[in-house]
Amino acid sequence: MRDPAPSRLAYRMNRLMLTPRFRTFLRYGLPVLIVASIGAFWASDTDRREDASDRIAELRRQIQERPEFMVRMMAVEDVTETVAVDIRSILAIDFPQSSFDLDLDAIRAAVETLDAVESAAVQIRGGGVLSIDVTERVPAIIWREAEGLSLLDRDGHRVSTVAMRSDRSDLPLIVGQGAHDAVPEALNLIALSAPIAPRLRGLLRVGERRWDLVLDRDQRIQLPESDPTTALKKVIALDGAQDLLARDIAAIDFRNPRRPVLRLTTGAIDAMTDIELTETRDTLR
Amino acid sequence: MTDLYESQRAMRAMRRAAMQRGVIALLDVGTSKIACLILRFDSATGLPEGEGIGAMAGQSRFRVIGAATTRSRGVELGESCAIQETERAIRTAVQAAQKMANVRVDHVIACLSGGQPRSYGLAGTVLVDGDVVDEQDVARALASCDVPDYGLERDILHAQPVNFALDHRSGLTDPRGQIGQRLACDMHMLTVDTSVLQNLIYCLKRCDLELAGLASSAYMSGMSALVEDEQELGSACIDLGGGTTGLSIFIKKHMIYADSIRMGGEHITQDISKGLQVSTAVAERMKTFHGGVVATGMDDRELIEIGGETGDWEHDRRTVSRAELIGIMRPRVEEILEEVRERLDAAGFEHLPSQQIVLTGGGSQIPGLDRLAPKILGQGIRIGRPLRVQGLPQAVTGAAFASAVGLSLFASHPQDEWWDFEMPTDRNAHRSFKRAVRWFRDNW
Repeated sequence: MRDPAPSRLAYRMNRLMLTPRFRTFLRYGLPVLIVASIGAFWASDTDRREDASDRIAELRRQIQERPEFMVRMMAVEDVTETVAVDIRSILAIDFPQSSFDLDLDAIRAAVETLDAVESAAVQIRGGGVLSIDVTERVPAIIWREAEGLSLLDRDGHRVSTVAMRSDRSDLPLIVGQGAHDAVPEALNLIALSAPIAPRLRGLLRVGERRWDLVLDRDQRIQLPESDPTTALKKVIALDGAQDLLARDIAAIDFRNPRRPVLRLTTGAIDAMTDIELTETRDTLR
Repeated sequence: MTDLYESQRAMRAMRRAAMQRGVIALLDVGTSKIACLILRFDSATGLPEGEGIGAMAGQSRFRVIGAATTRSRGVELGESCAIQETERAIRTAVQAAQKMANVRVDHVIACLSGGQPRSYGLAGTVLVDGDVVDEQDVARALASCDVPDYGLERDILHAQPVNFALDHRSGLTDPRGQIGQRLACDMHMLTVDTSVLQNLIYCLKRCDLELAGLASSAYMSGMSALVEDEQELGSACIDLGGGTTGLSIFIKKHMIYADSIRMGGEHITQDISKGLQVSTAVAERMKTFHGGVVATGMDDRELIEIGGETGDWEHDRRTVSRAELIGIMRPRVEEILEEVRERLDAAGFEHLPSQQIVLTGGGSQIPGLDRLAPKILGQGIRIGRPLRVQGLPQAVTGAAFASAVGLSLFASHPQDEWWDFEMPTDRNAHRSFKRAVRWFRDNW
């Protein structure tokens, strides 16, 4: 008769199989271990690894070059002709191209490097169209500097250059080094100076810190560095009340708002001297 | 004495660890069969706490989740005589029980029936230090018990304080906190052969099991077969086992005497085998199917085919009447019961207030025993079956599994033993300094 008793080894194996941790290991740990070791053994050969990576790359390329993923043309919308030409030349994409190879963020960044572009939205539309939606910068002011005339938008960002002042005589002019950094302030001052607009020739940035309003007849309104709007309002008010700017004045110096100074022209000074002399003579007489 | 303390305390710690883990195995190593139960302890009982529902002696806290029995091998008279064979049998039982429970067990509580258990009654008296009895006084009282010379090759299996007396009040279960001067204690000590114990421990160790307790099988049978009031009022449990007949006397829920007679069911089988010239297996089969101890006229006419495979037609076609079989079995059963009577008399069983005798174990299933036993042991006899515990399979509810079931009660609610109490101060090395300081303060 067979011995019903388990051998010592069988008994120990049986007990081992009843150990919960061991069973957990058998169920989860061992399969993972086997698969991992097979994978590691397979990957230990360089040729096989390269072969596999080549095959994966080939497969990837095949999928990417399917006609569904190809982009055939580019549409640049809401933009003037010159800017559209600029965008096409800066991107220089060879169509058709797979949409996987197009880095839309990079395209957007490239388009936004253009001066005339404020912001751009790039998307791939159905039918293989790369659509670039551009918001253009609107020129608000002309800046004259040594190199020539530039158009700036309301934030002081360059939009384009212009050959002659008369090309855009509708825009106000600013002059001086660093003037483009203070364009919003300049626009504000220009708006305030609406009552004297016909006489205004331009704004001059002095020492990269304050503005001079230059009027015709070479008159200047020198504004302070801080709070120039209040000073300009005072000048406009004075002009409205006493017709100040119509007089023979070379400059109104408001650089120190607490102590405004009027500078007269040479002719006015002579006339003043004459008047004083006449009055003195009359008194002496 | 100290290393006994150490080993017993280590076993207690192991038992506690096993209960914390929730699973423990119980092993009854008998002569004819080895039974293994696996208990699971649950913290949540699921029973409502309320009036009339007590702890149920801890029974509600565990559940039997595995049970297995196997034929015992290499065990004679409850003692392992072929260690490898015994080890195989234990492995078989443990593996089958583990398979049923579907859990691995590492801790085992074993009971053994052999080893010639011997009972000693110990008594000790001390004067209480101060007015109120505290743990140290109890410890000193226990330590003052004069341990008899129980022989070299013997080990203490149980040592249970059964009674405390304070001055003239006896029968205290817990003297702590009471006021008095003289504290006396009675202790029951059971010793068994060291070699038998060590063989068993060796077998269990070979099976990769940690021993979490040892008990006498006679005690375990009493735990499970006696009902509560029998244990309280005084009764004897007689476990008619395969190779030995265990005997334990209980009063006030304490075992006060245990003994074992080196005769049992296998001797009856051998008598049949010798008397009828048949193999042991056939004899065992005849005993269990047709056996009895009280013959009636009907039994003369009931012929039993003996059978055989010798090839001798005459020899193989023998029949025997049931009366003849009873005639062989009865003298041996009578002999066992008379031996029991002698031991009970020697132990002073007749002085107990109630003298209930409960027969259990596989041998108690012999038909007619309930009529034979009163003639020898006197009135007040019943055939006992072990308590029903939760989850116990039907197959192991029989009387033969009394000690295995008793082990489950022992595992969940052990009796306080000597080594569960505090060590007296003067035996503790690190406390002797405190005593020296006290002596210095008292004398200077």
